[in-house]
Amino acid sequence: AVRKPPITTREYWAPGHAACAGCGCAIALKLATKAFSEAMEEKYGDPNAFAIAQATGCMEVVSAVFPYTAWKVPWIHVAFENAAAAASGVEAAWKKLGIKGKILAIGGDGGTADIGLQALSGMLERGHNVVYLMYDNEAYMNTGIQRSSSTPYGAWTTTSPPGKYSIGEDRPKKWVALIAAAHQIPYAATASIGNPFDLVKKVKKAAKVDGPAFIQVHCTCPTGWRTPLEKGVEIARLAIETGMWPLFEIENGDIWNIKIQPPGGGAKVYKEGGRVVRIEFKKPIEEYLKYQGRFKHLFKRPEAIEELRNQIKAMWKVLGVEAILPRPEE
Amino acid sequence: MPIRTVMKANEAAAWAAKLAKPKVIAAFPITPSTLVPEKISEFVANGELDAEFIKVESEHSAISAVVGASAAGVRTFTATASQGLALMHEVLFIAAGMRLPIVMAIGNRSLSAPINIWNDWQDSISQRDTGWIQFYAENNQEALDLILLAYKVAEDERVLLPAMVGFDAFILTHTVEPVEIPDQEVVDEFLGEYEPKHAYLDPKRPITQGTLAFPAHYMEAKYLVWDAMEKARKVIDEAFAEFEKRFGRKYQKIEEYKTDDAEIIFVTMGSLAGTLKDWVDKKREEGYKVGAAKMTVYRPFPVEEIRALAKKAKVLGFIEKDISIGLYGAVFIDASAALVNESERPLMLDFIAGLGGRDVTFGQLDDALRIAEEALEKGEVEKPIHWIGLRKELL
Repeated sequence: AVRKPPITTREYWAPGHAACAGCGCAIALKLATKAFSEAMEEKYGDPNAFAIAQATGCMEVVSAVFPYTAWKVPWIHVAFENAAAAASGVEAAWKKLGIKGKILAIGGDGGTADIGLQALSGMLERGHNVVYLMYDNEAYMNTGIQRSSSTPYGAWTTTSPPGKYSIGEDRPKKWVALIAAAHQIPYAATASIGNPFDLVKKVKKAAKVDGPAFIQVHCTCPTGWRTPLEKGVEIARLAIETGMWPLFEIENGDIWNIKIQPPGGGAKVYKEGGRVVRIEFKKPIEEYLKYQGRFKHLFKRPEAIEELRNQIKAMWKVLGVEAILPRPEE
Repeated sequence: MPIRTVMKANEAAAWAAKLAKPKVIAAFPITPSTLVPEKISEFVANGELDAEFIKVESEHSAISAVVGASAAGVRTFTATASQGLALMHEVLFIAAGMRLPIVMAIGNRSLSAPINIWNDWQDSISQRDTGWIQFYAENNQEALDLILLAYKVAEDERVLLPAMVGFDAFILTHTVEPVEIPDQEVVDEFLGEYEPKHAYLDPKRPITQGTLAFPAHYMEAKYLVWDAMEKARKVIDEAFAEFEKRFGRKYQKIEEYKTDDAEIIFVTMGSLAGTLKDWVDKKREEGYKVGAAKMTVYRPFPVEEIRALAKKAKVLGFIEKDISIGLYGAVFIDASAALVNESERPLMLDFIAGLGGRDVTFGQLDDALRIAEEALEKGEVEKPIHWIGLRKELL
């Protein structure tokens, strides 16, 4: 017997796009569009019942170079900061045209956490039937690796270079998924290419809710992170396993009932009343950092790694979780 | 039967939008144009207009949402002014480049700093290179009519460019005037249903819009926008002719007033044309050979019409509420360019007036006339640009 593939074999993000070798974001979009299509089929009986509005960025410039396109779905790009606004307009038009389906807005971390944050907030607050997918490769990669507000502490970028007076990026990462959840939208989540099954599940869930949803997807960028091409998924998984990337879901902004997915990697998860309250991670964050050129300099600055560890703990605390992050020798 | 009533230009714009039946409207409040979205939201709330009204969080998102909706294949509308239009600037190029026939009403207002809510044309004049067709209304009836005309021209297959209609802040936006609201059926016949042939986002026919173009293709895309604007000249004339036939009101790119035997002709736009015509009447009584001309269409620039006008005058003066800092007023610069290869040209003068809502008085027009007469007497222009109505004691 032929086994049913775990996800549709239909492609919406077609081969032939011009993304860098080993691009993690390309994996995210490939999986996300497949998942979206499955959700549309289940909800509307039509796997093609969606359109994409995309912000300027890596995944935009590599996918739609006139006269070619990688998109097998109605697709529009307007500018950098307005994917959410353009998606709002498409959604409104579809309502009037009686087209059943959902709009998928896509932006990178720069286009979402920084320049597009206002348009995103407006779209979420107005309750448009749009899923916003933020592919988070943690810097402005399209312009050549400049820090964004989503760049993690300590990371090298071309505008956060380590030096005599700098440890690299000097601010903690901004978590847009939490900002999105604060709009009390039906569904906000984080996901990662390091856990494709979880990613697919979440995109489908987001696509099926009525109203706005937001997913922040961790994507590796070998070019910007200075990582081996073939290790993207592995590195993304290490981010989850070491506590650097939390996987969670928040429905209707109810942070008290946040759902935290177990990180794996031998971590022990403790619950109270069905709620994750403590995670003892087994793998130190150094396991995640060590593959990446952008964090190389930190290994000569142990105090910076300690600071990063403290920030990650603080982030988990915001999620209501006491995170125990081991040091390499422990 | 058309309804004869009284209303502000903002209301006239909202009525025009209602008559055009856009399916998606996105707008953000800004003085002096706020009443347009207010009135439209009333129409939608009462079920008089079957449209989605998106209450966006900025003008940037207003135009972006309208671009999204227009690209998805529906007729759209928005309204703004001043800083709001400046904030839209980036997306205005995109709307034109994507060939989306969006229509936008502008309550023409100055730009900061200093912040000022009153009338001049700096906001829309500053968008002249974006690829938008630009109309300027003299009164509230024109505001209504020109919005209908804007749809007609913008959606024409030969054009497919966005269009804006400007009407002066407060002088028109907040002033009640008699306005005739045309019959819905006649408007329906005039505009027809909007059926996009190139811009749609339909799952049954997936297309990609808003691509990257390398140097191998970019220039042709821009050329085609320029060419479409050139073609719009003829389409505008056709639309004006059809409009006159259906609605009985005549429009021209440049409307002349007492120019036939005039030695000095002043050209202006918007509500100032009304003042200017009144003033010309007075000056004619006093024995001056002056005439007036109103520019209704600023983009595409009415090159042929300016040339024809220039042939009639010995002195051609432009009275404009905008300034291209570093040179002259934009209308004067453009008109000069239109006449550059003419073998015979009138003496040309530029008068910057009424910035930030300063009243343009007969006294100021008299000052302009004195300067024009002096040029005529000497047979030359010493200084092409003059700021009239300046309070020299403050400088």
